Amino acid sequence: MSPRPGFVLEVERSTPPTLFWHGEGFRLERLPSGSRVLYPPEPVDPLDDPVGAIRHALLHPFGDAEPLPALLRPGMRLTIAFDDVSLPLPPMRRPDARQLVIEEVLDFAAEAGVDDVVLVCALALHRRLTEAELRHAVGDRVYDAFAPHGLLQQHDAEDPDNLIHLGLTDHGEDVEINKRAATSDLLVYVNINLVAMDGGHKSVATGLASYRSLRHHHNARTMQHSRSFMDQHRSELHTSNWRMGRLIADAGVKVFQIETNLNTDTFPPQMRFLERREWEWSGRDRAAFLATSAALARTPDKLARQILHSVRSPYRLTSVQAGEVEAVHARTTENVYAQQLVAVEGQTDILTLGLPYICPYNVNSIMNPILVACLGLGYFFNMYRGRPLVREGGVVIMSHPTPWAFHPGHHPSYIDFFEQVLSETTDPADVGKYEEAYATDPWYVHLYRTGNAYHGVHPFYMWYWCAHALEHLGGVIIVGGDRAAVRRLGFTPASTMADALELAADVVGNDPSLTHLHSPPLLMADVS
Amino acid sequence: MKALVVERSLPRFAAARLVSSLGGSGSGTALGPLRLTDLGAPALPGPGWQRVQPLLAGICGSDLATVDGRSSRYFEDIVSFPFVPGHEVVGVVDGDGGDPETAAGDALAPGTRVVVEPVLGCVPRGIDPPCAACAERRVGGCERVAFGHIAPGLQIGFCADTGGGWSQAGLVAHRSQLHVVPDALSDEDAVMVEPAACATHAALAAGVEPGDTVAVLGGGTVGLTTTAALRQLVSPGALLVGAKYSHQRDLAGELGADLAVTPAQLARAVRRRSRSLTTSGHLTGGADIVVDCVGSAESLTEALAMVRPRGRVVLVGMPGRVQIDLASLWHREVSVTGAYAYGSERTGGWVRPTFEIAMEVVAAAHLGRLVSARYPLERFEEAVAHAGAAGRRGAVKVVFELESRRRKGLTA
Repeated sequence: MSPRPGFVLEVERSTPPTLFWHGEGFRLERLPSGSRVLYPPEPVDPLDDPVGAIRHALLHPFGDAEPLPALLRPGMRLTIAFDDVSLPLPPMRRPDARQLVIEEVLDFAAEAGVDDVVLVCALALHRRLTEAELRHAVGDRVYDAFAPHGLLQQHDAEDPDNLIHLGLTDHGEDVEINKRAATSDLLVYVNINLVAMDGGHKSVATGLASYRSLRHHHNARTMQHSRSFMDQHRSELHTSNWRMGRLIADAGVKVFQIETNLNTDTFPPQMRFLERREWEWSGRDRAAFLATSAALARTPDKLARQILHSVRSPYRLTSVQAGEVEAVHARTTENVYAQQLVAVEGQTDILTLGLPYICPYNVNSIMNPILVACLGLGYFFNMYRGRPLVREGGVVIMSHPTPWAFHPGHHPSYIDFFEQVLSETTDPADVGKYEEAYATDPWYVHLYRTGNAYHGVHPFYMWYWCAHALEHLGGVIIVGGDRAAVRRLGFTPASTMADALELAADVVGNDPSLTHLHSPPLLMADVS
Repeated sequence: MKALVVERSLPRFAAARLVSSLGGSGSGTALGPLRLTDLGAPALPGPGWQRVQPLLAGICGSDLATVDGRSSRYFEDIVSFPFVPGHEVVGVVDGDGGDPETAAGDALAPGTRVVVEPVLGCVPRGIDPPCAACAERRVGGCERVAFGHIAPGLQIGFCADTGGGWSQAGLVAHRSQLHVVPDALSDEDAVMVEPAACATHAALAAGVEPGDTVAVLGGGTVGLTTTAALRQLVSPGALLVGAKYSHQRDLAGELGADLAVTPAQLARAVRRRSRSLTTSGHLTGGADIVVDCVGSAESLTEALAMVRPRGRVVLVGMPGRVQIDLASLWHREVSVTGAYAYGSERTGGWVRPTFEIAMEVVAAAHLGRLVSARYPLERFEEAVAHAGAAGRRGAVKVVFELESRRRKGLTA
């Protein structure tokens, strides 16, 4: 039986309460009659033979590219770059898609007699991965073969000795990327496409870039003109990356892109109720929900966080394509849309979101208030094609505890950004005046290069990610959040969903339309 | 006449110390050394002395330390018992038995509103020639506070012979200790002149160079008046204040802080400003000057952690016995200096009385706004408890309002 497509439910009096993620817990909310609930499509059927599919992709490339074995020869320099810990979410069960692909690439390289091989984690300005995280991504066999010899590296965007400036785009954008990657005879990029934003030229042009390069598209103006950044053809973020990607190719960097699609089988069996529609919950689903929520509610925050971050997703590969970047990415994006798009008629006055415990930037970490804002207004708000789900001047209501808490090792500059910058301004265009000071702060640079800290500028990017939503919306309300933290974000706190709806009525009037994005699992609204 | 008196009673000091350590500052007053009693006016010690009828008298951190039984034993020989506390005083000159040289038309004629400069230096003590400090009009550094023709006592409010501000019977002060209050200052402004004089001295003694980064620890009376004085009298490049309570941070901003944050955030703010790295909890760079207006082991430790190598820590808040790690002080060649009281200040090429400058600071910053609550003497337990929990209760300065002000309706 083929998986069911996404579904738009119209809430009636008999509709059971709707499940909202609420950080490390859940809320059941009874939405007003007439509200719409958007449910994601069911997971696409996985590949029966993922390793076989990978080999097939490497041997049958897309676009103007030769099969991988034809690109490999003894004495060449080969660099294999791969996506970092921000993908996928939650981390997938072993073997990770990256491991499967990298092992096949290495097999081909070995067969061809290539012995100068370096693996680079393309983390851009994200934090360095721990050994356990690297082992999870590439597998123990690859880790043990490369890491002890210094051949499993993490991109360092602050290492002047391992960056190379390839030139300026016709828009004056600096293109500066990892030197080892750029000067290799072949750069293989291994990607995981969880959402439509990922992949394409963004993989190399962002993942292996320096701040000098990234600042051209990671800014408030670009994000305000990316509508949305999940729709490449209407995304200034992608347009800039594509310019850079083409310059990288013109500069002679030979990229062999490998992109993977995952289905949306996001949670393990004991949490399967999260992937089911409430009125279809079985007795077992209800029992699992009650037991899980009760246990999490009684568990100290830190322990609850540890438990949830230990969840490994049963994601399965649905497709692999390799070859020339743009041709590969066109197919990958089609696959993402096929898995995630849900057709929706018209916009809504109020969009409600239940925000989970995890986003791309807090794997094994704390979802601090800036990341709450970014997940809601950066990611979920932008999960649309066509028009935003919520109308201009409408309201987003997000459910999350939003604790005034930060991981000091992972997010040191976030603490300062929250204390200093947001206490002065929450305007994404205005916060930029502090950007350079944070980006060049020697302490943040030190922690990024030697610890596991996000780069000093990263909280600015999170706030820029919200720029489109902040410009578009008439109000943002967070239900159940730390009131002081919510106010610092410039949003309105509410104790309950009923309070939030009353507050929203002040902005959008009485009797508003309401749409709830029932996610994750991920879905993308195709709004007509 | 009602007055509050501190008596030497070791059991009462011990009881106050125990209770206040459990219940917080000001909670042990009922068992402590402070009691309400009937008292006559103190005798005039000699020529040049004047009676002063207090209108408002503040409750200072050093008063609370006494009432809580946690004053440093350092002060044992420079106070004399029993004494009437109260050294932050605005009052009126009382004609009864005062200096015969004082007559109508004199600047200190009866009824004149004055603030008291309480330090009992060589001049009030009748010591001639004066000590080196007093000769330079640095009375805060007087070497003779335990000597002379009056009982030991570093200030009015700690001396058995002079009385203090917490009394309806009034106090006695030498003419050299009285400063006429301009009409433009309210009583509330005037009662802040003495703490503002301490702040003025600290701000000018801190050695702030134009452009320096200055961090102030503490948002109580000392911290806020010091913030105002630093803003008005010197030219810091950045004035950063760490204050525990939101109303204190709001006031610090109004008084001139560039940034007012919680104490936990202050080191991070200094780090950002100085673009320092961090090792073992210490900034590698840091603030040029840290002004500690708290005086605890914690605040001094924080100050040492955020001051730059060869920087200066200025202790304005009265410390007691503290245990801290001084390794960083040694290694980074940090100077720690005290800033006590007042006298005269060299500023702009001139030497001026600190109180004169402080009055300008008070007027410009409207420091009377820091007076949060007034109590009659009879409600002294409530008053002290309020002062001891001032920050937590949204207050800054708690004062006694004396009968003389209520009776005369003086609300200038």
